[in-house]
This record gives sequence, structure tokens and C-alpha cells, in this order.
Amino acid sequence: MKCQACDEAATIHLTDIVNGHKREVHLCQACAEKREILKHQELNLSAILQTVIGQHVGPLTDELARLTCPSCGIKYMEFKAEGRLGCPQDYEVFRAALAPLLQRIHRAERHVGKVPAHVVRNAALQTELMELRQHLRRAVDAEAYEEAARLRDLIRQKESTDEPG
Amino acid sequence: MNLDSLTQNSGEWLRGNGAECDIVISSRIRLARNLSSFPFTNRVSAHQKAEIETLLRERLAKLEFAPKLEYLNIPTLTPLDRQLLVERQLISRELANTDGPRGVAVAPLENVSIMINEEDHLRLQVMRSGFSLDEAWQDIDRLDDHLESRINYAFSEEFGYLTACPTNVGTGMRASVMLHLPALVLTKQIEKVFRALQKINLAVRGLYGEGTRASGDFYQISNQVTLGKSEVTILTEIREVIPQIITYERQARTTLTRESRQALHDKVSRAFGTLQSATMMTSEETMDLLSSVRLGVNLGLIEDITIPTVNELFLQTQPAHLQKLMGTPLDGEERNSARARYLRNRLRETGPGLN
Repeated sequence: MKCQACDEAATIHLTDIVNGHKREVHLCQACAEKREILKHQELNLSAILQTVIGQHVGPLTDELARLTCPSCGIKYMEFKAEGRLGCPQDYEVFRAALAPLLQRIHRAERHVGKVPAHVVRNAALQTELMELRQHLRRAVDAEAYEEAARLRDLIRQKESTDEPG
Repeated sequence: MNLDSLTQNSGEWLRGNGAECDIVISSRIRLARNLSSFPFTNRVSAHQKAEIETLLRERLAKLEFAPKLEYLNIPTLTPLDRQLLVERQLISRELANTDGPRGVAVAPLENVSIMINEEDHLRLQVMRSGFSLDEAWQDIDRLDDHLESRINYAFSEEFGYLTACPTNVGTGMRASVMLHLPALVLTKQIEKVFRALQKINLAVRGLYGEGTRASGDFYQISNQVTLGKSEVTILTEIREVIPQIITYERQARTTLTRESRQALHDKVSRAFGTLQSATMMTSEETMDLLSSVRLGVNLGLIEDITIPTVNELFLQTQPAHLQKLMGTPLDGEERNSARARYLRNRLRETGPGLN
């Protein structure tokens, strides 16, 4: 089908119903933009990313749908909808689902490049701190203040052993 | 840092010197980094967000890094000041517009900035005038080492630096080169260049990044891939393609001056004349006209104005800069009139004569 305004191929098809009368409009991209029917398409990277994530995180199995990160509490479904992970641990927790996505975005699944000089001091402690902070947050939400105070002290104590440099 | 005084100059990225500076405006590298024991910014509680801001601000203050960085607490800044920082490319629109504790540490020359509580806990940025990716990398690599000695980064041997968005994971590095390509636009070859770049996985964006159109014929070329390639490889891939684009742009300029010198001379002279005499001027039109003038100066068709002045005007006619310079908030119409007045005054200083 050709554009009504010029001879280009029509890609925008619009059906209007005014007072019970149906009216069809067929336009090409440029003419539709000219008539301000269509806003000039800007490259929206986050929208594109959302689509890519939607398509490439692999089929949604029951197992994936139930998957929740024990550290930050993000559900796999939330990541799929928002396109942002919740915490560093998610790369492990959602590993299976992330692999095809990373392959699609980067055509790779493994880091090559700079490694921090002090490669993650005490990784276990880092994970523990993250989880304690999550517990603390829940305790505050539940107004369990005694528990919250205990957790806060514990976090402070652990943090003091974690000061780099 | 006195934000009002910033409006008097053009900062690092529009300084207008450095290698190939008639076409390459600036080189920029940013690194995304996160703390290992906190959730990412989008998932933290308000309390944790404040905790992260305090922790990182204190670590930054202790940094033994020259030059001394100055910290700006974003929530305490007026919307106009935030917009000013966005226009100067010191912070992202996201950092300007989200809520909660967040900030930016800026070097006096504006060549280094470190954002706290953006999409990632830390976004480091180094800018250089002209085509200077290697130097920018040396600077940011050193800055990153300094920070890393005081902060536990979220890092895995397998996935590299861990980021909130999987598009940044690995090196966490986005390197970009900003080019002024008016002749490729005029000769309608720019689309061809885009397609070629997309094929080799490089992204092309407008002046202010994601989702912005290329006003003033400014284009940013940057890497898309951050995982599976080293920083050096990524930089090499960009560095190798830029000279080709520069060559295309120069060829297009030569073609224009050879085959339609008079039409080109007329176009740039009219652009200069309009800027010198119009009484209403939108930001968009200003960018387009300044782009023509910039091309005219580079080709020796206009001699009454220097490139650094043109570069300055690109920035000073942006909405927040203009309102700062005028010393008063202005709505759209008032801005257009103030912008035209400002341009008239600035360009009159340079003398009315065209060659």
C-alpha cells in the first residue's frame, strides 16, 4: 500500500471513527511525522533494552518465576520487568537466565580486562554484610526494634573488620 | 565550587584544543562501579541510600588524588544548578532528576567527575579535549585504582565489575568520542557512517547522550560491548575507527568547498548574520546556526570569530547557562529573546565584518 501523501510505501495505518463514520489513513513514516501523527522516533535505549531482556532471558519456567535473591529480595520477574538487577549476588542467583542475555548483548559471557588489585577482600564477609543489611531492613519494616538494634551492632562490628586501605 | 562562575568558560570538553580538534570535540571515558555489600541503587532503602552516600563521600574526601575534588550535594542544589551541571556534562540527567541522597565530586578543571548514587553507586568520568582516549584511560585507570584501595568493589572473576544493568557488566566502561560532522550531514552521508558503525557494534548518540537527537551536528561514538573484551581492546576498536570518520568528514568538506564553495560560503555567512541580528532564537536553531559557523571558521570562510568562542556559545546558549548568565529565571519565550540578545552582544564584540 502506498502513502496517501507521497509515493513511498505506507507503514502507518490509522483508523479513525468520527460520528460513526470510519476513516482510514495510510502514510509513510516521514509524512506521518510531518502531520505530527507520529512523534519523531528517538532512539530509546532503555526501551530497546527492555525488549532485548524480555526476549533473551530464556523461557520463563516455573522455577525461574519463583526465583528470588536471598540477599536483596528481588524476584526474577521484577528483573525481567525493570531490566535492572537488585544486587551483585544476582549475577550468581540468576546465572542461568542471564547467560543468553549476556551472550546477546555482549557476545560473551566472561570478563576479560581489568581486575582490581585487591580482588574482593573477603567475599564471604561481603555477602554476609549484604544479607545482614537485608535482615535489618526487614526488622525495621516490621518495627522489631530490638532485633534491628542487634543487627545494626553486628553490622558495625563486621564492617570494622572490612575497612580496606 | 562557585557554579555561577562556571558559566564564564566552556569547561574541559568544549575547550577546543587537542588533537584533531576541528572535528573531534572531546574524548570521554566513564566507569560504573558498585559497593560489594549493598544492593544496587534501585533496590536500596532510603536509609541505605543515605548510608552509601555518606560512606562514599567520606572515602572520596580522603582520596590522595590530585587535583582535589570538590563535592556537590545534589539535593541541596536548585533545579537550575542541576541543569547547569547536566549541560556541562558533569552529571547525568538521571542524577539530576531522581530523588534521595546523591552527589558528585568534580575536579576544578571539570575534567574529572564522580557521581554517587546514580544507577550504579559510583560513576567515574574523565573528559579530555580533542582526540585523546589513551590519556583519558590513563587518568581514569589511576583514579579507579585510588578508589579501589579504599572501597570494596562488587567484582567477580567471571563477570568482572558487577553493575545494576547487564549492559554495563564486565569492564563497566563506556568510552566515547564526540565529533562535529556538519559536512557529512550536509552531503547526506551521515546515515551511511551510522550503519557502518552499528555493524561493528559501536553506538552513535546525540550531544546529551541517550535518546537525544544530534543537535548542532554533534555525534558521540561509543562502545556497546563491555563484557568479554579488555578495556584496551575496546579503546583500540574505537580509536581505529575515528580517523576513518575524520577522513570522511574532511573529504566531504573538500567536496563542498570544491563543488559548491559559493553556496557554502553563503550558508555560513547567513548563519553568522542571523546569529548577529535575530531578536528571537530557539536553542535548536542556535545549535544549527553555530554548527554552520563552526564549519565556516574551520574552512577559513569566516575569520571574525575563533573556534573557542563558537564552542563557548554552544554551551552558554543552553537554557540553564543562559538563565545563569542573565541572572534571572526565564520562561521559553523570554529565553528565546534573551538568547538572541546575548548572541548579538557576544558576536558584536567580534566585529561586524565578514571576509
